[in-house]
Amino acid sequence: MAATDTTAERGGAPAARGFNPVAWALAPERRGGLLVAPAIITLFVMNIFPLMWSLGLSFFNYRANRLTVPDFVWFRNFERVLTDDDVWERFQTTAIVVGSSVALQLVIGFALALLFAKSFPGRRILLMLVLTPMMLSFVAVGVFFKLFYEPTFGLVSQAVAIFTGEPFVVLSTPTGALIGIIVADAWMWSPFVMLLVLAGLVSVPKYLYEAAEIDRANWWRRFRTITFPYIKGLLLLAVLFRTIETFKLFDIVYLITQGGPGSSTETIAVYVYRMAFQYFRTSQASALAYIVLFVVIVLTSLYLYAVRRTSEAR
Amino acid sequence: MARFRTTGDAGWGRTAAAAVVSLIYFFPVLWIILTAFKTRADALAVPAKFFFVPTLDNFVRVFSRAGVGSDQEFSTGFDLFFFNSIFIAGSSVILALIIGTLAAYGFSRHPLRGNDTYLFIILTTRMLPPIVVIIPIFLMFRVTGLSGTYIGIIMLYTAFNLPFAIWMIKSFFDELNREVEDAARLDGSTEPRVFRLICLPQVKAGLAATAVFALILTWNEFLFALLLTGTETRTVPVAMARTIGGEIGVDWGLLAAIVCLFLIPVFVVTYALQNQLLRGVTFGTVRR
Repeated sequence: MAATDTTAERGGAPAARGFNPVAWALAPERRGGLLVAPAIITLFVMNIFPLMWSLGLSFFNYRANRLTVPDFVWFRNFERVLTDDDVWERFQTTAIVVGSSVALQLVIGFALALLFAKSFPGRRILLMLVLTPMMLSFVAVGVFFKLFYEPTFGLVSQAVAIFTGEPFVVLSTPTGALIGIIVADAWMWSPFVMLLVLAGLVSVPKYLYEAAEIDRANWWRRFRTITFPYIKGLLLLAVLFRTIETFKLFDIVYLITQGGPGSSTETIAVYVYRMAFQYFRTSQASALAYIVLFVVIVLTSLYLYAVRRTSEAR
Repeated sequence: MARFRTTGDAGWGRTAAAAVVSLIYFFPVLWIILTAFKTRADALAVPAKFFFVPTLDNFVRVFSRAGVGSDQEFSTGFDLFFFNSIFIAGSSVILALIIGTLAAYGFSRHPLRGNDTYLFIILTTRMLPPIVVIIPIFLMFRVTGLSGTYIGIIMLYTAFNLPFAIWMIKSFFDELNREVEDAARLDGSTEPRVFRLICLPQVKAGLAATAVFALILTWNEFLFALLLTGTETRTVPVAMARTIGGEIGVDWGLLAAIVCLFLIPVFVVTYALQNQLLRGVTFGTVRR
């Protein structure tokens, strides 16, 4: 490496014995760049370049199933997408799903974390059972809930039929279908919230609780003044992370309801998919996808900001 | 592996409550496992049967079943789909791990100008909805003829796993005690030696956790596989989704058996990686 270093000290300029490109590339000040280069190239080819392509597409009136030469239409696609009532309806559906699902995940995740905060025999096995949903494929979750919601022999339908005496089809009404989706998503991701809350709960120093015991602080006061400050950072992370992920919800909807009945459960991701691959409005789909991307980038920045604050507070 | 930390011992009341709640929570999975062992009549029974004579018939039928109206057995293609899933996930994770480890080491030890910006962009490429990239990638694959090939989907999954691998592995490198490295550098160790002999051995467990986690994520992936694999390269999630839709009467016993086979690796991983799960699901941003 000594030779490399001297070449580098001369600023990579052609020295007496000529320019050595290998030594130039391996110089210490370029080491960081060299190490990350393969990763950056891969991501550029498979992510950044496609993104630029679709940005380009969103300014033309291109349709993937036509051979006509596309016209440059400036911002018309964005304009059309943003003034489209259908799009706003899909955003509304997405907001309802995100809001209710994340809220449900918080409540269930919190309750589960409280249960698992103490050690007991068989904890590891039980924890595995509870954590499994999070590790499942969306397709598997789709299969589970399709079986549950099955109109004739699905367990949900059967259970309701016992009380009402009539066949009950969960997915036949817009509200039912929406609830069906939300429950499936919340079931899958509550363990995620639980993991984060659990990490917060076990980080609370025990002496604080002992001191509270001496002061005879009641349960609520102990929670508010000791437990909550320790978990609030992680709780915020959980909410942001789940909001980002639920915002993109595609697979579960696609598998359980296909967006139906009507368009009542069509989330924005499903709508983009439909637009691009069923209606072949490729350019408009790209424009809409970019709007979705913008929302995700804002949420991701918030998330990273929260991460930084949480790790500084510690 | 250290045990998951706790806040003390639970009484029997809480233990019982946790057991009951866990079983209820796990019930949807349990129900599928039960369904996989039912005969066709049992699977469709009303009221639902909790006790029945188990059969392995469904598992046999996953791979080969008798054709309609004849006794001739024909293959369902699921052996190929399982092979595809394993092969595609395996190769892309190995590639992502190699490229990712180098990059993570670079980001951790030789920061570039604008290091945080790079890392942010990398995380964003992972956070962004697959639906945003899928449109141009679909067109790109169509133009280059990569659609339906192993190379195409493996390249795509490598890029899909890379942000995760970089953030995860970087979080492990960041945790190392740098004094050892600095001492080695002072003693004249070259940078490749520091990387290979000092840093790498210390993050071995982390690399393993990252690999297994990425394997599961890829194993489960659906949307890219749906649009970009062909008959020959189809993965199990896509094949499963096709089994649900399409036909009029879904063969639930069969579908349940496929899901069960598909879930085995997921169980193993969830159990083995329990202490790394938190870091895994948050891309290494939350450690503890």
